[in-house]
Amino acid sequence: MTFKLMIVDDSNIIRGKISRTLTQHRMEIVATAANGEDAIKQFSANQPDVVTMDLTMPRMDGLECIRKLRRMKPDLRILVVSALADKATAIQALKEGAQGFLCKPFSEDDLTDAMDELLGETHG
Amino acid sequence: MDEQQLRIFVDLVRQYFDRETGRLPEIGSPHLGDATALPIYDFTGVIGISGERQGCVYVTAYREMLRALLLQVGETDVADNNLCDLVGEVANTISGNARIHFGPNFMISVPIVVKGTAQAIQVPRNIKAYIIPLRWHKHEASLVVSLQ
Repeated sequence: MTFKLMIVDDSNIIRGKISRTLTQHRMEIVATAANGEDAIKQFSANQPDVVTMDLTMPRMDGLECIRKLRRMKPDLRILVVSALADKATAIQALKEGAQGFLCKPFSEDDLTDAMDELLGETHG
Repeated sequence: MDEQQLRIFVDLVRQYFDRETGRLPEIGSPHLGDATALPIYDFTGVIGISGERQGCVYVTAYREMLRALLLQVGETDVADNNLCDLVGEVANTISGNARIHFGPNFMISVPIVVKGTAQAIQVPRNIKAYIIPLRWHKHEASLVVSLQ
């Protein structure tokens, strides 16, 4: 099964790395966004199944974006990919509705493992 | 900032290069910098720090290092906009990872990227700035940490 993925990160380099890695891992990239506001617009137009979400972004940060996306699609699967490595931030992201948290810097294996865990958990 | 806190940033720099490239950087002796003559190379990514600590953290690097680093992470487009993006992301990652040690009230801004050496980086004059020189793949760069 192929999943539709939206990548949200203000870094073009990170968006590219995630895209290259997950395209080879059951993912079709249906949208990318550089901030939360753009992600909300892209979400409505492309209806992804899965989102990778940065937290520190201009205009609308990742936590606010997660809150809004969860209201739009309660069963959306969200993997936070962030440099904010403290436990409190990870817990807050999970409370807002993310199901996984991957800390930057990450390897391709780290990303595919985190995505497998995310999809495995939600599918049982 | 004390020596232990400076050591945190040294370790985070090592960790960044190790995880992204599999190759550790050589770290020079961290030292106190003169606020009027801090290092600034071809591209600089600056993160403002607020909350419990105030100041800034910046990474400054030569074009050749960033090109090599980009290729290492699998990005073949080495145009200047990607070099700017990368230096900002390095600064963001190191600063964000520092929250493991400094806690969630170590608030970081989005990166501000400066291209070229014409503009000096303004660090708070009343806060000491420490320079951590590094060399990766024979290319030099510096991390500058100026925290109250």
